[in-house]
Amino acid sequence: MKIIVCLKQVPNTNEVKIDSKTGTMIREGVPSIINPDDKNALEAALQLKEEKGASITLLTMGPPQADYALREALAMGADRAILLTDRAFAGADTWATSYTLAQAVKKIGQFDIIFCGRQAIDGDTAQVGPELAEHLDIPQVTYVKKILAVEKDKVVVERALEDGYEVVEAQLPVLLTAVKELNTPRYPSAYGIVAAFDEKEVETWTAETIGGNPEKLGLKGSPTQVKRSFAPKAKEAGVIIKGTAKEAVQVLRQELLAKHVL
Amino acid sequence: MDFELTKKQEMFRTLFQEFAEKEVAPKAFEIDENGEFPWDTVKKMGKLGFLGLPFTKEYGGAGADTLTYIMAVEEISRACAATGVILSAHVSLGCHPIYQFGTPQQKEKYLVPMAKGELLGAFGLTEPNAGTDAAGQQTAAVLDGDAYILNGTKIFITNGGCADVYIVFAMTDPAKGLKGISAFIVEKGTPGFTFGPKEHKMGIRASSTTELIFQDCRIPKENLLGKEGDGFKIAMQTLDGGRIGIAAQALGIAQAALDECVRYTKERQQFNKPLSNFQAIQWMIADMATDIDAARFLVYRAAVLKDKKKPFSKEAAMAKLFASEAAMKHTVKAVQIHGGYGYMKEYKVERLMRDAKITEIYEGTSEVQRMVIAGNTLK
Repeated sequence: MKIIVCLKQVPNTNEVKIDSKTGTMIREGVPSIINPDDKNALEAALQLKEEKGASITLLTMGPPQADYALREALAMGADRAILLTDRAFAGADTWATSYTLAQAVKKIGQFDIIFCGRQAIDGDTAQVGPELAEHLDIPQVTYVKKILAVEKDKVVVERALEDGYEVVEAQLPVLLTAVKELNTPRYPSAYGIVAAFDEKEVETWTAETIGGNPEKLGLKGSPTQVKRSFAPKAKEAGVIIKGTAKEAVQVLRQELLAKHVL
Repeated sequence: MDFELTKKQEMFRTLFQEFAEKEVAPKAFEIDENGEFPWDTVKKMGKLGFLGLPFTKEYGGAGADTLTYIMAVEEISRACAATGVILSAHVSLGCHPIYQFGTPQQKEKYLVPMAKGELLGAFGLTEPNAGTDAAGQQTAAVLDGDAYILNGTKIFITNGGCADVYIVFAMTDPAKGLKGISAFIVEKGTPGFTFGPKEHKMGIRASSTTELIFQDCRIPKENLLGKEGDGFKIAMQTLDGGRIGIAAQALGIAQAALDECVRYTKERQQFNKPLSNFQAIQWMIADMATDIDAARFLVYRAAVLKDKKKPFSKEAAMAKLFASEAAMKHTVKAVQIHGGYGYMKEYKVERLMRDAKITEIYEGTSEVQRMVIAGNTLK
């Protein structure tokens, strides 16, 4: 079985602050991590590898520093890593990103499953996975929370919904996006880290390597443009009304009347 | 001079931090309280390759460097000093003598499973009358055909009772003094080898400390480590390396004290402002942070020298002396900063202060470190 895992290196948003004047993220000094949902995607692939035997190819688009995220994923047990990095890819929106990834997948060749994370914690769009499936014209199942069966030509998975889940069967090759309920990602082992740096390679692919239409790459190929980003105003502290329910309702009513809400 | 870690070392550090935070820290209070050996954590560390970090793959190790191993001891100790010393005693004292002095057969039989975390190691040198004065060994080994017969008692042995493989020192030729000491690899379960009860300690209570008792215990001749009479050299060289491990444990304890103080002084309000706004507190925090950085540089330097196969005996002694005294001094300050709360078991600084003390004592007291440093400086 051949599996491709797409992952993204993101700033650890738990530690990110927003510059209140410019509305942009302060990236300096913020550690980069593998996007959490992508780690679930990788873990699912690793479990399949252990159960059924599989080769896992990692794919990411990003600056040269994304090499580190790929090494970490190699340390967890992936077999091959491809870094798509080129100035021509810069400024890509989700459409241009998924087009670029699709070109790379075509170059990789035959595969059975592509695993993606549900969404990245920096952009939160959840678009790249589904768009990639569309570019490749293959079935997709998003929000996968459990894998029930993987057979020669199909998968059966549970797809998380807001108030439950549905069981979906899809033909291979398929693209699945993982949610965090799917599994608990493993630690890279010490053996894995040493192998990731001393024995395994990260292949670098450029726009030239993947071919395709250069007009569809990067900022040029992106129909979405960010006009302005800003941090929402911090909420003011609320008021807690104490007392019995009856008393509290009385106080609340008076407050609302005073503010002309009622 | 380069103070940056490599990307590989950085990834290791992140792994150790994450493992310590998620797997080690949540159990630290309870295992200290109950004096319970953390088998579960030790097994997890074994699976991830932590128990063989600095040994080559050929011998079941992970093939990382000493600095990486030292960072593991530091980060694990930052969460739980008892778990930290289990790791340090296993790697530095249990495995390393076999790695450095063992025959290919001994390495295959013992080091490989130890480095993979399948067997735990320990080191037995100290005796009731031979602590700092290692030459006063009374445990005796007499050759009888194809085996040595061991008689005597070792005390205060870390991982005692829990470990599977023990490096034990005994006199094979009392007339030769220091040159009459030999080292043996002894398996748990060998007839005539038993353990005393688990000691009740002030700190690092989750680690196991026992006596090793040998009564006509037959050790196969092929379990002699090195040559007859090599024991003292093996012990001293092993302890040189072990000291970097204990220095790293002390460093982890000191760092944990600083972590706790930073958090607490920002939260705790007195006179309508956080403690961190008071200069008296700020100065204590500044001294703590400075000493911890100084300790870290000394500890890492000793590890790097060892990796470069340069002499590191004096540097390891300096690292151990400075880091352990910094840990003791600043855990006392950390309790002071926490006031009454710091004296309560619910607060981590109470445990840190108890755990810190041993780092000034074992694997050579501060006085022994000063002897080593002075000896090297005045020669």
